[in-house]
Amino acid sequence: MSDFVAQFGVWGGFGMAVLQILGFVIVLLISLAFLLLMDRKVWAAVQMRKGPNVVGAFGLLQSFADFFKFVFKEIVVPAGADRSMYLLAPLITLILAFVTWAVVPVAPGWVIADINVGILYLFAMSSLGVYGIIIGGWASNSKYPFLGALRSAAQMVSYEVSIGFIIVTVLLFAGSMSLTHIIEAQAGGFWNWNFLAGRALIEDGWPMFIVMLPMAVIFFISALAETNRPPFDLPEAESELVAGYQVEYSSTPYLLFMVGEYLNIVLMCAMTTILFFGGWNPPFELDTSSWPYLVSSLWYFFWFAIKVVFFFFMFAMVKALVPRYRYDQLMRLGWKIFLPASLVAVAVVGAYTVYGAQG
Amino acid sequence: MSRISQAIRGALLMDFWSAFGLGMRYFFKKKATLNYPFEKGPLSPRFRGQHALRRYANGEERCIACKLCEAICPAQAITIEAEPREDGSRRTTRYDIDMTKCIYCGFCQEACPVDAVVEGPNFEFAAETREELYYDKAKLLENGDRWEREIAKNLELDAPYR
Repeated sequence: MSDFVAQFGVWGGFGMAVLQILGFVIVLLISLAFLLLMDRKVWAAVQMRKGPNVVGAFGLLQSFADFFKFVFKEIVVPAGADRSMYLLAPLITLILAFVTWAVVPVAPGWVIADINVGILYLFAMSSLGVYGIIIGGWASNSKYPFLGALRSAAQMVSYEVSIGFIIVTVLLFAGSMSLTHIIEAQAGGFWNWNFLAGRALIEDGWPMFIVMLPMAVIFFISALAETNRPPFDLPEAESELVAGYQVEYSSTPYLLFMVGEYLNIVLMCAMTTILFFGGWNPPFELDTSSWPYLVSSLWYFFWFAIKVVFFFFMFAMVKALVPRYRYDQLMRLGWKIFLPASLVAVAVVGAYTVYGAQG
Repeated sequence: MSRISQAIRGALLMDFWSAFGLGMRYFFKKKATLNYPFEKGPLSPRFRGQHALRRYANGEERCIACKLCEAICPAQAITIEAEPREDGSRRTTRYDIDMTKCIYCGFCQEACPVDAVVEGPNFEFAAETREELYYDKAKLLENGDRWEREIAKNLELDAPYR
């Protein structure tokens, strides 16, 4: 990048960055369209249905048809709604979901902004996402959206605490807040991925997988709560609140909410992959230094994508299988189980890094 | 003790894994979906769908304007006006069925002494306006002509049970 700036000047660098962002966003949105279809197909298969199969071969174009349906519908703003806030809320959700992806490395060097506090940035942006929901629920000037917004605020705050502590354990392992470093620290085979923490066992004799395996599971469950997915979809519980904060939304604003929500879900899958399952690292290390740059990058990207899709599949399966938690159960799980468990894990990993780790 | 075992089961996510196994078994099972507009399920010969007025084989309409169907219709969806024709036979000059009132009970079909009004196997007659569902005599006779083969077959199949 800096070579590029030297060669083409600041504006060339700026143009290059814009091109990178555009390319990333387009790839992300198109893959999102197919992930949405996969979501629906998985639920359908578990329920012995076929799922969408009319638009395009196997229904592959269903998401695009839905897109046009949403765009061509009428935007209804309820009487008494705060118009500007009402329309701002889905934009906030969508934009925050997009900017978060800026620091996610999908292959070695394939990242828009490789900042050294990437994970802090990621955490901050995904926490801001709750504003879209709260503003949307409040600006609708309606009862169910408001209830949904309140629920989501409490829920996301509770689970962010445990997510924060879990991230700290990973940071202690990698010794860095840069996502690229976190991934590189897990290189060299699947036993080195953070959920098994094999390096600690092999080099230092500390069986850290006893701590990190539950942490990976807790992170995944917290990610479900963080993205308002079932079984923690209380903010939009359809049997209680109709659709929660989305009740009054239609057309493009609803579409923006949807896209933002699914972007966050895929982001959480990517986070699980990066933090615990080795990011772009293949399960068995291959020497790719002699491969052409593009081929080796695509090889690593393939492994990243496959892991993300696997976790997305798990998200979908959880939605298909698990009934919704009651609100007090949700709070109990977050504050009384996950928080103490992750605190203990931080202490244990801290002890390991101080007394166990070599060098 | 049960609390402890329950806690262990919860910590190991036993409930989720058993549900996951069940889910995956169903995942690969044969799908129960019927691709509706392309595939259609079987219909009983007694199926009560869209109404039709039938004709005899020589093209003469069956209805003799006895008005039994109008009398028995619980939703009062049928309106009949009758007059003697030039040849002296008693025929309807008006036979309307308001399909928005009809409850598809089949009493009209049961009441008819000459099997003139029947409920055919067609159930795909949704329309965009209410006016299109106010069927008049011409429309009902046209239905009869279009569905005669299916209707006759269904009546024949159901005859032993009447």
